[in-house]
Amino acid sequence: MAQKAIREYDAKSILAKHWNKYFPDFTYAYETVMVQNGSELNEVAKTASWLNEKTLVAKPDMLFGKRGMNDLVLFRDAKPGDVSLAKAASWIDEKSTGDQSVYFSFDENDKPSGEPSVDKLTNFIVEPFTPHEQSEEYYVSATCVGDNDVIYMSAEGGIAIEQNWDAKVIEVAFPITATEDEIAEKIRANVPKDVAEKNKAQFAEFCIGFFKAYRELNFAYLEINPFVMQGSKIELLDMVAKLDDTAGFMMVEEWGDVEYPTAFGMEAKSPEVEAVEEADAKTGASLKLTLLKPEARIWTMVAGGGASVVYADTIADMAGIDDLANYGEYSGGPTTGETKFYAETLLDLMTREKDPQGRGKVMIIGGAIANFTDVAKTFTGIIQAFDVYAEKMKAVDLKIYVRRGGPNYEKGLKDIKEAADRLGLYIEVYGPETHVTDIVRMALEK
Amino acid sequence: MEQLYTKDTQAIFWNNNKTAIQRMLDYDYTIQRKTPSVAAIVAPTSGNKFDKFFFGPDEVMIPLFKTTAEAKAAQPQADVLLNFASFRTAYDVTMEALEIGGFSSMMITAEGIPERLARGMNQTAREKNVTIIGPATVGAITPGAFKVANIGGTITNIVQSKLHRAGSCGLVTRSGGLFNELSNIISINADGIAEGVAIGGDRFVGSVFIDNMLRMEKNPTVKYMILLGEVGGTEEYKVIEAIKSGAITKPVIAWCIGTIAKYYDSGVQFGHAGASANGEMETADYKNNAMREAGIHVPNSFNELPGMIKSVFEGMNLAEIPEPEMSTVPAVRRSKEFICTISDDRGEECTYAGFPISSVATPATGKGIGDVISLLWFKKQYPKWATDFIETVLKTVADHGPAVSGAHNAKVTARAGKSVVESLVTGLLTIGPRFGGAIDGAAEHFKYADDNGLTPKEFLGHMKKEGIPIPGIGHRIKSLKNPDLRVTGLMNFAAENFPSTPLLDYARTVEALTTSKKENLILNVDGTIGILMVDMWRALGYSEDEINEFIASGTLNAFFIVGRSIGFIGHVLDEKRLAMPMYRHPMDDILYDVPEAEEI
Repeated sequence: MAQKAIREYDAKSILAKHWNKYFPDFTYAYETVMVQNGSELNEVAKTASWLNEKTLVAKPDMLFGKRGMNDLVLFRDAKPGDVSLAKAASWIDEKSTGDQSVYFSFDENDKPSGEPSVDKLTNFIVEPFTPHEQSEEYYVSATCVGDNDVIYMSAEGGIAIEQNWDAKVIEVAFPITATEDEIAEKIRANVPKDVAEKNKAQFAEFCIGFFKAYRELNFAYLEINPFVMQGSKIELLDMVAKLDDTAGFMMVEEWGDVEYPTAFGMEAKSPEVEAVEEADAKTGASLKLTLLKPEARIWTMVAGGGASVVYADTIADMAGIDDLANYGEYSGGPTTGETKFYAETLLDLMTREKDPQGRGKVMIIGGAIANFTDVAKTFTGIIQAFDVYAEKMKAVDLKIYVRRGGPNYEKGLKDIKEAADRLGLYIEVYGPETHVTDIVRMALEK
Repeated sequence: MEQLYTKDTQAIFWNNNKTAIQRMLDYDYTIQRKTPSVAAIVAPTSGNKFDKFFFGPDEVMIPLFKTTAEAKAAQPQADVLLNFASFRTAYDVTMEALEIGGFSSMMITAEGIPERLARGMNQTAREKNVTIIGPATVGAITPGAFKVANIGGTITNIVQSKLHRAGSCGLVTRSGGLFNELSNIISINADGIAEGVAIGGDRFVGSVFIDNMLRMEKNPTVKYMILLGEVGGTEEYKVIEAIKSGAITKPVIAWCIGTIAKYYDSGVQFGHAGASANGEMETADYKNNAMREAGIHVPNSFNELPGMIKSVFEGMNLAEIPEPEMSTVPAVRRSKEFICTISDDRGEECTYAGFPISSVATPATGKGIGDVISLLWFKKQYPKWATDFIETVLKTVADHGPAVSGAHNAKVTARAGKSVVESLVTGLLTIGPRFGGAIDGAAEHFKYADDNGLTPKEFLGHMKKEGIPIPGIGHRIKSLKNPDLRVTGLMNFAAENFPSTPLLDYARTVEALTTSKKENLILNVDGTIGILMVDMWRALGYSEDEINEFIASGTLNAFFIVGRSIGFIGHVLDEKRLAMPMYRHPMDDILYDVPEAEEI
């Protein structure tokens, strides 16, 4: 549950869907498609005639910026603005084949700095090439800073905006309780002076609609850099957006079928992680799992958002992060069945391979003193998972360290100890008299 | 407000979360609070009026309401809202309560309220000077005074962690689980906490560390503070500023968890939604260093926090806190099957609503049957004019001859050789909408018309549209010229003794209209009784809602049942005395019309 980045294509689609509500005095052609390869583009072109009629621009739509600097924006074949459908399709096929290196940072001479991220390009956005003057390009964005919403406006768009931020960009902040009238008035009063006098009123109206869309559609971040304004005609050349996904339940209709992709260079979510996410979405409790290094030897199954972090901190301090396989937590009173599923997922992952260095594996079943989660009930789920995985656990020489307190913890600790003994598993069990993270030290000393 | 809660603080609990509420009451009993800390429960979908909870070995009833507004109106002293609504409705519940007003703090447990809504809610509360704890929190506690819902866990853990009485530490954390853990650590290494708040794990929470710490700075019970922060956000810097400016002078011990986050890129979300560093300043290491530089006691790791607490605490040389007396919650408690709120036979002498029978029974007590009814039916001591009126009603309705259906039934049953009780019951069973029901109906409909300001003409139109003859209007033979003397008697009594008779006055204007149409459409005895009962209750100070409830629950009918039982028993005894034979209805008094059944 947090702010989640969405694709440029989805951001444009959301604005287009509500265009007349927020921008009644402007038009936007919404000529944009997202494809994964050239043949898909050719297929789409059978219904979207503009793909055949106009020259095109194509670029990856995978949450990263600086695509121009990475030479990943196709807008010229022989000369700028001459890209045909066939050229776009072949370029997409070329770029989506094999790994691509992408640099996220550049030095002052536009030379790449740092290590590139390497991954496959899978999603491309294709749009008409829009001939326009530099003076018709503008910048607008909005986000939340501290307790306020802030709109950023500039008469100059494009990638140079970051270098000239202080000189060119006007910031206007609004408290969450600001009314529409107050917002409109303040935006009108703060139009950047570089916007031509004749365009000032129109620019302000567009920004007012933009900011209203940002607020009402529950964007966490929204940027158009640049947009082209030619009279009442608007082109959205490039967009970046994040949604507050906690608002998802109210925005089902407004957002439509929006996707939260994994960032370029990040490994795709494993099926196990996806399964946990799916289970998390269905329960009032909380189930979280991130795989950090699945071949590592220390696995954590910790209850509580705070306690899980403390365990991760302590393992990093004492063993280093190379030994830490996962981060995750379960909390909010999950049912026995949910806990069993979560434990099985972890046990399955941790018993797949032996430690390459021949050491035994470690499972930390940790947690603070629970407020309301019934410890015996959740431990029943863990015990049921032990029953299924006992042999595999022994095969990787798994040692289990338990520390937990809270409602019914005495029974929970007794049950899990008995179960491990019955199954012939190595286990050490501690209650609230032992410091919460002390089992990490104990495990590492063995 | 130096202290978040006191020993008198009471809460309205939104959502009937029975386990959490019971934990609060167990805590109340343990620390020997006089009143339960939950004064009312808002349960929008429940049809019940109260729920039972244990208060020590005994049970108490906590009233249930459909809305926050009703709960607040009934329990205005309850100035804490414990909002246990889901993330879908928690915002609406909070905003409504802020609108109603009269709350000093609100705790919101839901995780994942849309950020924009959470921000609006927090800002509105701030403007109204209401302290918000949460969202996404387990709450707060002022040990020895008031505990929110589940914070502190079980009662065993609470006593173990010394959360049953005020210690010296002011504790603020983000995490609820670690709050509990810290309480335990503080009880082992120091003398417990004076007040503690888990501010909540969402990115936008209402009161932040600094808000709570500035309050604790003013609270003389708090001698030092512990802050457990997290990676992400800049709230810790506000605390640093307050220390630099001298707004906080008490010693502070602090640690930010999430030092691991620096090893991974921002794609890994550690802990709570609020725990994600945007920039170096928001990392745990950076914050820990900044706090250390500002003179805050910051250990080298979470593992060293207990030792740090011990050394700071011991360095302060505080006086030892005396352990207060505690009550022990019984391990085994059994819920009661029945509840009685009107009489009690457990003492020396049985009481009616607190009055021994002997104090109301004999003539020397000056009490009559009207007084007994007021005690047992209404749990109130009605004034003499009201008890006299009740007795007048009972006497007036005692009998109306052998021909009415109830008396007839009773007589027929008695002649079949059945007992007094059997015969009486057959008579009583006829009482309902058609027999005796006009009292209820008159009260209900005339009150409706009066409440809604209908003119007599509009009222008649309304009843016509409903297709109901006006209950309480009309007599077989009596008219204005030939009045029913029972009615005259009741009206004269009311005129002389009631403080006022607004509904009767209204009914007389209706009667003026109906009798102008037909002479015998007078206000009859049933109507007069029903209407005057409403006037009696109004004069006694009952709210319109309470009166409507009396009508709906059949209280008016009850007067008729009691009164007419006297007559029915008279008829039954009469039959017994006369030893009349079994009754068979004469066949020539029956119209027989029995065609042969058709085949279908």
